[in-house]
Amino acid sequence: MQPANRTSESTPASGEKAAAQAQRRQGMLLASPGALYLLIFFVAPLALISVYSFATRTSTGRTSLSGWNVESYRAIGDDVIVGIIGRSAWLATLTTALCLAVGYPFAYYLATRPRHVRAILLVLVMIPFWTNGLVRVFAIRFLLGSNGPASALSENLGFGTFRILFTPTAVTIGMVYSFLTFMVLPLYVSLERMDWSLTEAARDLYASGSKAFWKVTLPLTKSGIVAGSVLVFVPSFGSYVVPDILGGAKTLLIGSYIARQFRDARNYPLGAALSVLLIVAMLVAVALNQRSGSGAEGGDRPRRRRRGRARAEPEPAAVS
Amino acid sequence: MSGNVETGLGPRTRRLLAGWAWVVFAFLYVPIAVLVVFSFNASSRVNIWGGFSFQWYGEALNNEVITSAIRVSLIVAAVSTAVSVVLGTAVALALDRYRFKGRRALDGTIYLPIVIPDITMAVMLLVFFAEAFKFIDSFGPRFTLGISTIALSHIAFNISFVCVVVRARLDQFDRTLEEAARDLYATGWQTFRRVTLPLIMPGIAAGGLLALTLSLDDVVISAFVAGPGSTTLPVYVFSSIRRGVTPELNAISTLMLAASIALVLGSLALQRRRASASQQTQVL
Repeated sequence: MQPANRTSESTPASGEKAAAQAQRRQGMLLASPGALYLLIFFVAPLALISVYSFATRTSTGRTSLSGWNVESYRAIGDDVIVGIIGRSAWLATLTTALCLAVGYPFAYYLATRPRHVRAILLVLVMIPFWTNGLVRVFAIRFLLGSNGPASALSENLGFGTFRILFTPTAVTIGMVYSFLTFMVLPLYVSLERMDWSLTEAARDLYASGSKAFWKVTLPLTKSGIVAGSVLVFVPSFGSYVVPDILGGAKTLLIGSYIARQFRDARNYPLGAALSVLLIVAMLVAVALNQRSGSGAEGGDRPRRRRRGRARAEPEPAAVS
Repeated sequence: MSGNVETGLGPRTRRLLAGWAWVVFAFLYVPIAVLVVFSFNASSRVNIWGGFSFQWYGEALNNEVITSAIRVSLIVAAVSTAVSVVLGTAVALALDRYRFKGRRALDGTIYLPIVIPDITMAVMLLVFFAEAFKFIDSFGPRFTLGISTIALSHIAFNISFVCVVVRARLDQFDRTLEEAARDLYATGWQTFRRVTLPLIMPGIAAGGLLALTLSLDDVVISAFVAGPGSTTLPVYVFSSIRRGVTPELNAISTLMLAASIALVLGSLALQRRRASASQQTQVL
């Protein structure tokens, strides 16, 4: 590519053009193996599942790729499926709210430690974050089992055995346990960047501690709250492993329901339509997050300006 | 107040916060700790402590199905990490510094495998392989689901993760260093080999480590594209849990736990060494 570039350098304009062309070719060359791979093993499957969602299920459970129709999408309006989607949305919302309630004070504590303590505590948070997710769900299953350690403990204390496994409560505990760190890390980042002189200023202006928190700290960490909520909501809504291991018949969620269509029920078109719906829902959630994220960045600018002024003000006082 | 952040909270609130933090740490660690402790339980009943024993580890590691699942997991992780590190880094470089046809489409698509839920990715790939095999079979060769389909699927999501991590590193890249190399008559390849690559290496290493972890962790996608006789360790554990909790499962889980913690601590140690090394070069 370089020689081609040099030979055409007769006039500056054509040389520039050739350089730009060489650049384009080089970029394409670099990107094409990965792009080709994604095209075959991601874009094509994505297109295929969309096609399947318009196909017909024959009486034998096979998928007939003819006679296109929107039956599968119409079937989503069925009471059973609406109930499953509603339950998934409710459990994901509950999980997100609990993660926020548990995670915010926790992240607040971490972010306000001295620097060297913070580093150690952060490692303690990262370890569960990187730990095998399946093993962590299994740990909850083991702990909560009707003949597991927690039950044995409560029996010894005289509370009797408890039956929590295979209930929505167990699924919620498992989801919070699985996804809590997804909430804590973005919250930690936004709290760590927080300019605490602003709450100090609020206190100086006779705001109570709680008022300073609700009016200053919380709005300034909004981007962390939004990012954490999306990071928890998205995987909880489509979760398959957690409800499968900890849930029972009453906690059939959309992830398990999709899996069922491709396993025992053999209704590929319905499973495909639900998958398309789930993907679209996730994309909307992420797009909303990005919009509010860029909005928060826009909000950052006046904040920085204000901070600059706040810093400039004490100086004359110090001089006098 | 040695380096403590002044947040303007009262002492009572501060004590409550500290207490809460330790409750959350307990919530994060107690279930794992209980699992580890009971994996050394000599009793086969899960709720009774029958003394310390390595018995279940021995039984797990003598189980032919488990050792073969471990082998499949390791092969898939190694292959998918190697391939996705090369392809993902190339895509990251192309997106970061070149304008070319289809760049915007690629830029949008690369994030999708990260965003969409595992279960949809799993059924997508299952349907895709089924159709692809039907097509290929009509030409003669017979393919079935197995270790190769698992590896192909893992590469499909790992490329994206590697690409995102390497791009984050390229964002902080000081392009004047490359210009300096070119001014000193380095060829394009020499500049890449001696300047660019060493500078983005921490990003590539981090991306590779993430890919390795994700590959070893994946259960949903593997469960759908695995064939009879070739499952990964998480898929084996997943299907065994459905049948019931056994002390053997505790032992395997503890081994998986140890592996992921070793990976985290190893990466942290690597980062620290890099950080101190770059500090030294700055001093020089």
